[in-house]
Amino acid sequence: MRDFLQSNKREASAFVVLAVLLSLYLWSHPIGPTTYVMTIWANQCLILALAAMAQFFAVIVRGIDLSVGAVMALTNCIASYLVIGSGVEMAFGVVVVIAAGIGCGVLNGVLVVYGRIQPIVATLATASLFVGLALLLRPTPGGQIDYDLADAMTLDILGMPTALIMTAAVILLIWVPLRRTGLGLGLYAVGSSEQAAFQSGMPVAKIRLASFAMGGLFAGLAGLYFSFVTTTGDAGIGPNFTLNSIAAVVLGGVALRGGVGTLTGAIAGAFILKTIGALMFFSGLPPLAQPFIEGLILAGAIAIGGADILRIKNRLEAFGR
Amino acid sequence: MKTISPHLPGLDILVPYFGTILLIVGGSFFFPQILGFAYLAQQLQIASFLGLLALGATLVILLGHIDLSVPWVLGGAAILSTSLAGSGDPVLIALAIPAALVFGAVVGVINGFGVAVLRIPSMVWTLAINSMLLGVAVLNTGGFNPKGEASTTMIWLATAKLAGLPVAFVVWMVFAIAMAVLLKKSGFGRYLSAIGYNEKATFLSGVSTPSVIFAAFAIAGVCSAMGGVLLAGYANQAYQSMGDPFLLPTIAAVVIGGTSILGGRGSLVGTVGGVLFITLLTSILSVMQISDAWRNIIFGVIIIAMLLLQTLRRKAA
Amino acid sequence: MPKSEKAIVRLCGVSKTYGATKALTEVDFACFGGEIHAILGENGAGKSTLMKLVSGVIQPTAGHIEIDGAEAQLAGPADAISRGLICMFQELSLVPDLTVRENLMLGAPGIGLGRLDGDVVARAQDILTKIDGGDIRMKTRVSDLSLAERQQVEIAKALSRNPRLLILDEATSALNASVVEKVFHLIRAERDRGVGVLFISHRFHEIEALADTISIFRNGTHVETFSNGAYDYGAIISKMVGQRIDDLFPPKPAPDPDAAEVLRLEGFGWADSLHDVSIVLRKGQITGLGGLDGQGQGDVLQGLFGLLKGTRGQCLMGGAPVAIKNPRMAKSPQLGIALIPEDRKTEGLILDQSIARNLELAALGVNTINATDPAIYQPFLDALELKCDSLDQPVSQLSGGNQQKVALTKWLALGPRCMLLADPTRGIDVKTKTQIYALLRRLADSGVAILLLSTDYEELIHLCDETHIFYNGRITRHLAGADITAENIIAASLNIPSAEPANGGSAHA
Repeated sequence: MRDFLQSNKREASAFVVLAVLLSLYLWSHPIGPTTYVMTIWANQCLILALAAMAQFFAVIVRGIDLSVGAVMALTNCIASYLVIGSGVEMAFGVVVVIAAGIGCGVLNGVLVVYGRIQPIVATLATASLFVGLALLLRPTPGGQIDYDLADAMTLDILGMPTALIMTAAVILLIWVPLRRTGLGLGLYAVGSSEQAAFQSGMPVAKIRLASFAMGGLFAGLAGLYFSFVTTTGDAGIGPNFTLNSIAAVVLGGVALRGGVGTLTGAIAGAFILKTIGALMFFSGLPPLAQPFIEGLILAGAIAIGGADILRIKNRLEAFGR
Repeated sequence: MKTISPHLPGLDILVPYFGTILLIVGGSFFFPQILGFAYLAQQLQIASFLGLLALGATLVILLGHIDLSVPWVLGGAAILSTSLAGSGDPVLIALAIPAALVFGAVVGVINGFGVAVLRIPSMVWTLAINSMLLGVAVLNTGGFNPKGEASTTMIWLATAKLAGLPVAFVVWMVFAIAMAVLLKKSGFGRYLSAIGYNEKATFLSGVSTPSVIFAAFAIAGVCSAMGGVLLAGYANQAYQSMGDPFLLPTIAAVVIGGTSILGGRGSLVGTVGGVLFITLLTSILSVMQISDAWRNIIFGVIIIAMLLLQTLRRKAA
Repeated sequence: MPKSEKAIVRLCGVSKTYGATKALTEVDFACFGGEIHAILGENGAGKSTLMKLVSGVIQPTAGHIEIDGAEAQLAGPADAISRGLICMFQELSLVPDLTVRENLMLGAPGIGLGRLDGDVVARAQDILTKIDGGDIRMKTRVSDLSLAERQQVEIAKALSRNPRLLILDEATSALNASVVEKVFHLIRAERDRGVGVLFISHRFHEIEALADTISIFRNGTHVETFSNGAYDYGAIISKMVGQRIDDLFPPKPAPDPDAAEVLRLEGFGWADSLHDVSIVLRKGQITGLGGLDGQGQGDVLQGLFGLLKGTRGQCLMGGAPVAIKNPRMAKSPQLGIALIPEDRKTEGLILDQSIARNLELAALGVNTINATDPAIYQPFLDALELKCDSLDQPVSQLSGGNQQKVALTKWLALGPRCMLLADPTRGIDVKTKTQIYALLRRLADSGVAILLLSTDYEELIHLCDETHIFYNGRITRHLAGADITAENIIAASLNIPSAEPANGGSAHA
C-alpha cells in the first residue's frame, strides 16, 4: 500500500481533492444530494472524462492530441443521423459512431508513426479535417438521438447515476484488464523511454498506433455520450473539449512528457474540473467572475504542482523534468 | 534513433513560398482577379494580422515551447486599446496602443515565469493563463461585446495604404525585420535555438537561460498584442473570442515555414512564407465560395500534405 | 559442455556506416555456444556497433549475418530475442518509470503484447537473489534504484529470458567485486550448459578471469581472435592501440609552493553530500580530485560553477570572498572559471548544432571577446588536432574524442583563469588523451589553475601536482609530490587508514 501511494502520489491527491470538492458541491447545492443532482453532475463529468481518456492515450505515449474535440464533434454529428429508429438500426448506428472514432485515431496514429509528423502538429491538421467532415454532416446544429436510449444512458439505475456506473465499467472492463497485458505495459514503456522499450523487444510502432487508436475510440465514445446528453448533433462543440481534456489529464497526475499517470487519474482530473465549474454555479459568486476563478484555480493547481522545483538544490536538476 | 539533417535552411524555407506561388498561379485559372494588384494587396493586409502572431510564435517554438495564450492576449489587447480609444480623453486615446503592447509584454513575462522558473510545461501553463485572461475579459465586459472603438491611428495602421501597400503589411515587415536584426546581431537568436536543442548544455555554457525564455515570451506577447490592435483597428471594435480562430493557423504557419515544433531549427523567413501560404489558401478557398465544411477539409489535407513533404525531404537528406 | 561446432551467430563481411562515418568495416566474426568470448577494443573501435548488430537493434549496411549456419535478417530486437539472442546493453534497456517487476516482464518471450504472467519474474527474482540483489523490491520504480541495482536487474532480466547467446556490454561496470564474482559464477554456469556469451569489459582482470576466447577490434575492423592467455597485457594493449604510446603523460615540472593562489575553498559544504572541504588552487598547478564515483568530487566542481544552491563555507578568489550564483557569473572575466562537464553529449555540447555554433556559445555572452571570430578558436583546435570536414559539420557526426576537443576549445577561447574538468578523458581514445594531457600541462604552464576530477588513477598520479581524495563527502587525504601513488590513492578512496607502502599488484582497476 505504501509503495502504491508513493508511486501514485499525484493520482491519490487528485482523488482526495475530488472527494472534498464533491462534498462541498453536494453540501452547497440548494436541493442537496439527491439522485437528480448527482445524475446531472455525473453526466457532465463523464463527457469530459471520456475526452480526458482519449487525451490520456495520446499523452501516455509521449504525444498530445489536439483533435479530441474535433473527433467528438464528428462522432456527435454521425450519431445525430444514425442513433435513432429500431433497435437494430440504433445498434448499427452506435457501431458506426465508434468505428468512426477509432478510424480518426488510426489516421492520427499513422501520420505520427509512419508519416513522422509530431503529434501536436499532425492532430492540429486532422482536427481541421474532422471538423470539416462534421460540418459537412451538420452545417447547423440539428438531428436527433433516440430519446429512450438517451434516457437510459443518462438517468440512473436504482438511484445510481448511469454515468457513474459506466465510468466504473470502463475502469473495470477496459483499464484493469489492459494493465495486465504486455500492450498496457508497452504504452508506459514507449512513453517513458522509447529506446529501452525497443531494445527490450517491444513493437514500438504498433504500440503507439494502438494507443492513438484507443484515443480515437474514447473520443468517439465521448462524442456518443455527448449525443445522449444533448440529443442533437452540433459540429461546433470541439475546441473547449480539446483544451479541457489536456487540463484534465494534467490535473489527474498524468505527465505531459509521457510514461507517467493512469487512466483513473485522468478520469479524476476530468471530474475535478467539472465539479469546480458546477460548484461555482451554486457558490453565490457573481456569475461573471466564474470563468476567471476557474482559470485561477487551474493555474494555481498547476503552479502548486510545479512549486517543488523551488526546493531543489542543484540547478541542473531543473532540466531533467 | 532520430536522424536530423543539421541544416538545409535554403530549401526548407522556400517550400512555403513555392506553395504560395503555386496557389496564385493555380487559383488564377479559375479566378483571374487573383492576379490583380488589388487582390494581392488585400491578402498582404489580411496576412499581417496572422503574420504578427506567427513572428512571436516562431520565437517561442524555436525555444521548444508553445504559447497557447495567443487568443486572449490578442483579445485583451483589442479590448484594452478600444476602451482607451473610446474614452474620449485625448491622453488615454494616445495611450491606447502603448498600453496594449505593455499588456502583451506583461502577460508574456507571466508566461515566461511559469515556464522558466516553475518549469511547468508551456502547453499547460499558457493554456491556464489564456483561460484566466478570458475570465478577466468576461468579468470586465459582462460577457457582451465591449464598448469602445478604435482610434484613428489604429484604423490607419490597419486599413490605410502607403504607395499602394497596406500599412498593416508595412507594420508586419517592420516587426519582422526588427526581430530578424535582433536575432542575428545579438546572441539572442543563437540562444533561442541552442535552448531549443539542449537547454541544459546552453545553461552550462554560461547563458542565463531563464532571461532568454522570459524575453522570448514577452516579445511573443507584444506581437500578439500588436496583432490585436491591428485587428481591432480593422474591425473598428473588439469582440469576444476574436482571437480564437487565430491560434491554430499561427502554429500551422510556423511549422509549414520549416520551424521544428521540437525547437532548435527554424527561421523567421520561413514563417513569413508560411503565413502567406496559409492566408492565401484560406482566401482562395473562400473566393471559391465553397462551404465552411470543405474549407476545413481542404485546409487540413493540405497542411498534412505539406508536413509529409517535410518528412520526405528530411528522409532524402 | 564443450564449445559447439556450429557458430550461433556469424558475421560475414559485415560493414556498418552512419552517413560518412564507418563504424565497422568488412568484419568476419563468429561466436559459438559453450564459450565466453570477450571483445576488446578502445572506444570507437566498433564493439558496441557489433553488439547492436547481433541483437537486431541495427542492420548491416553491407555483408550478412548467419544464425545457426543459415543466412538471416534480424528485423529488430524482438526478432533477436525470439531467436535466443539476448543483449544487456551498456545504456540500460530498463524503462525508468516502470517498476522492477514490470521491466522484467517487458518484452519477455511469450508475453509480447498479450497477458502478463509472473513466471519470468519468479525466475528473475531467483537470479537476483544469487547476485546479492535479493533486497531489490519488485514494486520499486527503476528510476529510484541506484546504478548498481539497475545493472543487477538488467542482468537478471537478460538471464531470465533463457538466452542461447548472451551479450553483455559493460554489464558489471557499477558492481563491486564480490557481486561481480557472483555474476561471473552464473555466467560460467550458463556457458557450461551450452550458452554462448559475448562479453565486453574495460577491466582487464575481469576478462582474464572470465574469457575463453578474446577478439580485438580496432577502428571498426576485427584485428585478431585468440585464446585467453596466448598474449600478455602489453601485447594485447599494443594490438588494441595499434601503436605503442610511450609518453602518455607530459613531464611534470618541479613543484612551486610559492605559486600565486587563484582560488581557495574554505569549509565548503553542500546539503548532505559535501562537508568541510578546503582546497587551494594555484597558478600553474593541476590539482586532482579522486575517489570512488560519487563521493562528492563532482559537487565541488558544480558548486564552484554556481550550480548548487545553499552551499556552506567560503570561496575566495584573489583573497576576496565571492558568491558564484550561476554559470554566467562564473564565466565572467572577473572570475574566469570554466567547467568541462562530465557528460559531453548532453551537458557539454549541443549535438545537433555545428562545430562553429557550439564553439561560440560560451563566448557569446562575454563582452571582451568577439565570439564569431574563428581565429580565437583556431590555436586550440590546431593544438588538439581536431579532425572534421568543416566547422559547419554538426558535432553529432564527430567521434567522441573529437567532440571532447570541441567542448574544451569552446571554453579555452575565453582564456579562463581557472579550469574545472570532470573526467575529461572518460571513454576517449589514447591518442586524444595524450593530446589533452599535453594541452592541460601547457595551459598550467601559462598560468591557468586547473582542477581535474578523474576516475583514472594514472591521471592523478602522472598529471596532477597534488590530489585530494574524497570519501563520503569529505576529503580523506591530501596527496602531493611523491606521495601520489596508486597504493595511497586506493587506500584513501576506500577510507582505509593504512598508507604503508604496500606491494600493490591490483593497482589498476
